[in-house]
Amino acid sequence: MPKRSRREPRNEQGIELGEKLKAKLEAAKSMLPPKLYEELYEKISKGTDLTMEQKIEAVERTVRRYVESMVQPGEPVGVTAAQSIGEPGTQMTLRTFHYAGLMEFDVTLGLPRLIEIVDAKHEPSTPLMRIYLEDKYANDLEKAKEIARSIEYTTIGNVINSVDYTLGDRTLVVRLDPEMMEDRGVTVDMVVEALERLKLGDVEKGEENTVLLHVSESVLPDESLTDLRAYEDIKNKIIKGYVKGIKGIRRAVIQERTDDKTGKREYVIVAEGSNLSEVMKIDGVDITRIDTNNIYEIAETLGIEAARNAIIREIMDVLQNSGLDVDIRHVMLVADLMTWTGKVRQIGRLGVVGEKPSVLARAAFEVTVNQLYEAAVKGEEERFAGVTESIIAGLPPRVGTGIVLLSLGVNALKSPSQLSQAEGAQQ
Amino acid sequence: MSYGPYGEEERYTISGIRFSLLSPREIREMAKVTVIRADIYESDGSPIMGGLRDPHFGAIEPGERCPVCGNLRQDCPGHFGKIDLARPVMLPHLGEHIYRLLQATCRNCGRILIPNDKAAYMLQVYRRLKERWPVLADIFAEEVAKGASSTTECPHCGTKQYKLRLVKPYYLYEVREEGEVRLTPSEIRERLERIPDDDAELLGWDPKSSRPEWAVLTVLPVPPLSVRPSITTESSQRAEDDLTHALVEIVRQNERLKNFIASSAPESMIEEAWNTLQNVIAAYIDNELPNIYQLSHRGRKQLKTIAQRLKGKEGRLRGNLNGKRVNFSSRTVISPDPLISINEVGVPVEVAKILTVPMVVTPYNIEDARRYVLNGPYKWPGATVVYKKRENVKIDLRYQRNLRQLAESLEPGDIVERHLIDGDIVLFNRQPSLHRMSIMAHRVRVMPGRTFRLNLLVCAPYNADFDGDEMNLHVPRLDEARAEAEELLLVEKHILTPRYGGPIIGGRQDYISGAYLLTVKTTLLDINKVRELLRGVSDASVELPEPAILRPRPLWTGKQFISMFLPKGFNFRGRAKINAGDLKCDSEDCFYDSYVVVSDGRLLEGVLDKNTIGAEQPESLLHYLVLERGSEEGRRFLDTVFRAFIKMLELKGFTVSLSDVLVPAETMKRIKSMVANAKNDVIDLIRQYNEGTLEIIPGRTPEESLELRIIQRLQRLRDEAGKTAIDYMDVFNNAFIMARTGARGSDINITQMAAMLGQQTVRGRRITRGFRTRTLPHFKPGDLSPEARGFVAGNFRDGLSPHEVFFHAAGGREGLVDTAVKTSQSGYMQRRLINALQDLYVAYDGTVRDSENNIIQFRYGEDGIDPQKTYHGRAVNIDRIIEEVKNVTGGGAGA
Repeated sequence: MPKRSRREPRNEQGIELGEKLKAKLEAAKSMLPPKLYEELYEKISKGTDLTMEQKIEAVERTVRRYVESMVQPGEPVGVTAAQSIGEPGTQMTLRTFHYAGLMEFDVTLGLPRLIEIVDAKHEPSTPLMRIYLEDKYANDLEKAKEIARSIEYTTIGNVINSVDYTLGDRTLVVRLDPEMMEDRGVTVDMVVEALERLKLGDVEKGEENTVLLHVSESVLPDESLTDLRAYEDIKNKIIKGYVKGIKGIRRAVIQERTDDKTGKREYVIVAEGSNLSEVMKIDGVDITRIDTNNIYEIAETLGIEAARNAIIREIMDVLQNSGLDVDIRHVMLVADLMTWTGKVRQIGRLGVVGEKPSVLARAAFEVTVNQLYEAAVKGEEERFAGVTESIIAGLPPRVGTGIVLLSLGVNALKSPSQLSQAEGAQQ
Repeated sequence: MSYGPYGEEERYTISGIRFSLLSPREIREMAKVTVIRADIYESDGSPIMGGLRDPHFGAIEPGERCPVCGNLRQDCPGHFGKIDLARPVMLPHLGEHIYRLLQATCRNCGRILIPNDKAAYMLQVYRRLKERWPVLADIFAEEVAKGASSTTECPHCGTKQYKLRLVKPYYLYEVREEGEVRLTPSEIRERLERIPDDDAELLGWDPKSSRPEWAVLTVLPVPPLSVRPSITTESSQRAEDDLTHALVEIVRQNERLKNFIASSAPESMIEEAWNTLQNVIAAYIDNELPNIYQLSHRGRKQLKTIAQRLKGKEGRLRGNLNGKRVNFSSRTVISPDPLISINEVGVPVEVAKILTVPMVVTPYNIEDARRYVLNGPYKWPGATVVYKKRENVKIDLRYQRNLRQLAESLEPGDIVERHLIDGDIVLFNRQPSLHRMSIMAHRVRVMPGRTFRLNLLVCAPYNADFDGDEMNLHVPRLDEARAEAEELLLVEKHILTPRYGGPIIGGRQDYISGAYLLTVKTTLLDINKVRELLRGVSDASVELPEPAILRPRPLWTGKQFISMFLPKGFNFRGRAKINAGDLKCDSEDCFYDSYVVVSDGRLLEGVLDKNTIGAEQPESLLHYLVLERGSEEGRRFLDTVFRAFIKMLELKGFTVSLSDVLVPAETMKRIKSMVANAKNDVIDLIRQYNEGTLEIIPGRTPEESLELRIIQRLQRLRDEAGKTAIDYMDVFNNAFIMARTGARGSDINITQMAAMLGQQTVRGRRITRGFRTRTLPHFKPGDLSPEARGFVAGNFRDGLSPHEVFFHAAGGREGLVDTAVKTSQSGYMQRRLINALQDLYVAYDGTVRDSENNIIQFRYGEDGIDPQKTYHGRAVNIDRIIEEVKNVTGGGAGA
């Protein structure tokens, strides 16, 4: 209940009006979406230059406008959504762009990314994670660096210059690259450990940034000592050897960000590649804000509702980045259709369309002949419920004005006199 | 409503179609003829009995009576025939299905390779799933099949199972110890026959509709002649349909195989003939299967067989069932007419005389009807056909001598097909039809000329221009259709788009320049000018206010003129497009007149430009007007004031000339030195890169870092150069006016004309390709300097140097390629989106449902609001309501 403005006289009428406004607001609360109601409430309360009558009028008008703006039954919202997202597609860029303020990575944007999302591809062509830190580390550059380093998937190959060997000699020389080791936060001991994990033989630190590997006989039998391929195999195993990090994270870069609203500054790790479930396990990572553009990962780790929200956000991001204006309701509908069964489904033959119960709708979309054979084998039945099927059969589609099944029996009104009688009865 | 001659036959509605495989029995029962001869005609030209044109296939010649049903061709539905196959043959597309079935069942007893009790339970589960979640049932069946396939010994009869190998499309091999053995279609058929119904069902088949063994044909149905009509060319040569050709081949191969078997030819020959027959039948069903010999005409052209008829964009389903060719439509070039309403379309008389509307004669319109009939089919407004109800005849007026007599004889109940006349409702469309505003209803205005005319303001929703665009026009003929078109599809109902909740129809280009020039402070109109403008508007219902200036002569401001057309009580407050840069103002009473204030229907301050009256500008003056005052009021605004904008340009004259992009020598000198500075900076960057001291962007290679830095620097150069040039321009510069009001072009365009083109890019990089280490032979190998990598320091005013032209063309081409690739990709994406979403609608309870009544959303968009009716996505603009309330009820403290 807003405070009465000072100018309001404290009389019976004022109290009565106050009660009326209260009642109106109460009624409005049950009708309006919470956000809209809150906005109304706040603005009415603050509007000290409004009289009681005006406030009541404002509430009434708000409710009326809201009701007037509601969708009408039958509205083909699906088609409207598809058109609203598809139509601006022609105006979108085809290129991969750098994110604003993110020179480090190329990120797929525009039409290719949009197609990727509605395709429900298992992995985006440029997976990307945004890793926020817990409040206590938000300004701790060292901690950020530590985490960034620890998640970067690093193999021995990433931090060495070469693996040298001589045929007939069981000892391989791994030449380390100190610059890369520094960059990736890898110590010589870590490389040694990694080599030991490969169980190829004994490992020994050599001179001047080298590590020596004495390959055991079981791995490299005597008869293979002259076999170049055997050596190359071992070399490849070494190069692929895991040192540290999380699978899928190729690179991690630290950025400093300022929140637009609060002006709070913090460090954010932006990672190329994505592995949500593993990164969430890392200490110091704020799991409430962690973020990836891989929708499948989100569905698997956080559930289908999270995936739905991710689809909405990703599509809206792409559209906004291309400077296109599309109402979020359309995007929500697409996301809901993709996820309502509990699984992320593709918009297309292998997903939403392919799972339609109508044989003709599927056949008219793609792979016509196979759809018909499939239908025959399964003894499927066409019920003509959807739009495409209805058009094929020459029936009015059950959307839009087609949902109205009530009609006037023309035979009931045979003569003009009966017509006027019917009119009279209405009044 | 149905009119006599337009189909009053009994009507049935399809309630469903069940799909199944034809059983041999069904094929035999429906066959009226058995084809045994591969020839079609006797030497005298009559069809051979037992050939593919046997009269028992149905009557198709005029006057021919069908020997089966006794009907003439218009009533004979056509009858099937059959070919009895000498040996069974596989249906080619079911290879995989059969493979799956045989893998999961015993090669001896035919039972599923799962123990009885388990199978029974699984069948129960399967049936329950099938009821509610058919998609899950399919997956379940697949899993069952997978499980059964891995069993090596039959749990029922104990027979050892072999793995099968499928060679697409239809060859099956059994991998036995002694090696791979091919299963003949006969063996396959026998095995399929042994599978019990329950087991087949558990493996995803519906044995009631389709027994597995029916997938191996023993008898082939031959479609009636109406399905494969032969055509006679002018030289009276017969040409048979592709299907007939394919069938001839089948009969030939079948007879050959029969002969081999009858004469007990060697097994290898029989085998060969059998395989050929199999291949021919596969090609008859689908001539594009992989690994088959395709059937073709002598001229090597592939035959179009059954699958090819159904498939793809021009196939039966997409080409003839989902989309159809229609009558009562027209197509021609479009051209502009700013003087007709946005709701109207100009239709050439020639077109109006061909497109017709049925008009039921009543006592109220009989005089009109008589006039139309009297005019006949060649004089507009006339009529082409009359249907006399009493006599139940259709009279074509082209062949009618005495039109006067016919006109006199008209009586209520007759139907006259009259020409299109002014005010008729038609649908107008421009492809590609990407959104619902691509098809809108217009009212007809019949005019001379040969093009469709449309108001310039509706170019935006159609995305049309007049460089040769053509558009389609359709005439809805039934009353329901016309009513629906008028209520739902009329242009004025689509000023606001559902895509983002804002106007899609609105000012563009000259409308914007005109609006600016009319409302700018320097414009004062004497009575003659005002009259001239009002003549352009052709709306006399407005009242001229007191002139703003009385002496030396009465003068009105442009704002006063606009105010005459704004509805009383209408308020608006907002920034004009020009409210940027030097002309920036954050509140009303702006010195630069760039903050728009409308109070109680009077334009008090600010100029009108793209931000207030432009197309695709949500939360603009135009948007609020249409949204709050209704589409009719909105249309009235667009049909009146907007004409004044154009008239204003006519009165004043508006163009761009060389002088608009001329910049003093002093300024050019400054730009030159800026270029020199930037080049030095770039050379410095290259030096740093060569020395290895260049600061590297994390995650990027040194080369990439260098390129990024250079592009950034050159970008800054162009911005600065442009700013220098534009700063010099005065506010009466026409190019500048267009850019700043949003009429056409932007600062970049002015920069490119007056200062420099800037860096040309291909795929977001500087131009690097051409020769091995350089772009053109004008440069040294490995030259990374700006001018060697596509930097254009020239401008359009002074002209470009040869290598600059080259780089500009390279950059420009990318845009063209991009558009070409993009249209196909986005087109396909939209087709998929539409196909996936088309069944969704808002039910009466406010939920969003699909055609199966599944709930997709409990409330549309979470708040149940139609985006078309929103303020840029928001259902209610509370600030505006509070403003409204203050003004209406008055007495507010601030008023």
